[in-house]
Amino acid sequence: MSSSQVLLFVIVGKNEPLYEAEFHKAGTAGSSDSVTRQNYFVLHSALDLVEKAAWTTNQMYLKVVDKVNQQQVSTFLTAGNIKFMLLHGGRSEDSIKSFFSDVYELYVKLSMNPFYRYDTPITSKSFDTRVRAVARRYLA
Amino acid sequence: MSRAPSNILDRPLGGRGRNSSTETAVSQSAFAYLYSELVQYHQSRVASISELERRLESSGYGIGLKVLELLSYRSRESKRETRLMNILQFVSANVWKSLFGKPADSLERSIDHADEFMIVDYEPLTSTYVSVPSDLGQLSVDSFLSGIVAGVLDGAGFSARVTAHSVTLEEGEAGYGSSNSSLPPRKDKAVFLVKFSPEVLKRDTGLER
Repeated sequence: MSSSQVLLFVIVGKNEPLYEAEFHKAGTAGSSDSVTRQNYFVLHSALDLVEKAAWTTNQMYLKVVDKVNQQQVSTFLTAGNIKFMLLHGGRSEDSIKSFFSDVYELYVKLSMNPFYRYDTPITSKSFDTRVRAVARRYLA
Repeated sequence: MSRAPSNILDRPLGGRGRNSSTETAVSQSAFAYLYSELVQYHQSRVASISELERRLESSGYGIGLKVLELLSYRSRESKRETRLMNILQFVSANVWKSLFGKPADSLERSIDHADEFMIVDYEPLTSTYVSVPSDLGQLSVDSFLSGIVAGVLDGAGFSARVTAHSVTLEEGEAGYGSSNSSLPPRKDKAVFLVKFSPEVLKRDTGLER
C-alpha cells in the first residue's frame, strides 16, 4: 500500500477546513480509514508550520512546508490568507504549482459569487467537479 | 436581452486591459441610485446614527474581502502583502484605482499614534450625491467605503478599525480636477482613519528585524 497513490487536498480558512478532496489514481480503490485519518492528521499538524512560514515571505506558493515519512505537504496561500494544502508523496514542483494556480483561479471565481461568504465551507458541486478535473490533469 | 445562464466558474475574470474598461465600467448614476436605496433601506431600520454607520460598514466589508482576492489575482504577480506599509499602499493605490478610477489622494501617518493612518479622498463616490440633513449631525455615508477598506485589511491579516470622517477643506486645498462641475464644489474631504490592532503592529515591527 503506497501512500503516494493517494493525494489529499484541503482548503483551510482561519478557523476550519473549507473544502476537502481525496484524489486517487484511476483504477485503485479508495484508501482505508486509518490511512485517511493519518493523512488528515499529518496535513493539519503542518498548519503551524504554514503559519510560521506565512509571514516570512510574500510569495503565494510556499512549496513544501513539512516532510513526514515519505509524504510531503505543499502549501499555497491566497491574498486573503486562505491556505491550499496538498499532501503528496513527491510530485514535481511544476505540476503542483500549476495545480495550485488553477485551483486559485477557481477559488477567486467562486468568491465573486455575492452569496458566498469568505471563510465559510465551500459546498458548490461544480467547484468540486472542476477541482477534481484539475487534479486529474496535473496530478494523475 | 437574455443570455444563457453560465456557471460563475466558467466566466472569465478579466483584467490585463483586455476590454476591461468597457466591460467592467458601471454608470455612476446607476451606482448613485443603488447606493441611495441601500442607505434608505438601512436608515428605515435603525434607531441611531452609529447603528446606521455600522450597517453601512458591514455592507462594505464583504466587498473588501472579494476585492482583495480579485485584484491580487488580476495583477498576476503571485505575491501577497506581508508588511504594513505595503498593504496600505496596495489599498490607497490599487484598490482605489480599480474601484474609483484614480488612486487615493493621499496616505498619511498620524503623528500622535503610531498605529493610526489616514487615507484621504477629496471626492469619494458615495457622498458625491448625498446631503446629510442637520439632524443627522455627524453621519458619514462614506462608512461604506471604510467597510471596504476594513474588509481588505482584515482579509490580508491586518485587522484594523476603519472609520470615515468628513473634514472641512482648508483654504487652497485643491478639489482639483473635480469630475463633476454641475454640482456645487464640495466643502469637505473624506478622511478614512485606519487604526490597527496592537498584535498587527507587534508582528510588523518583529518582521522589520
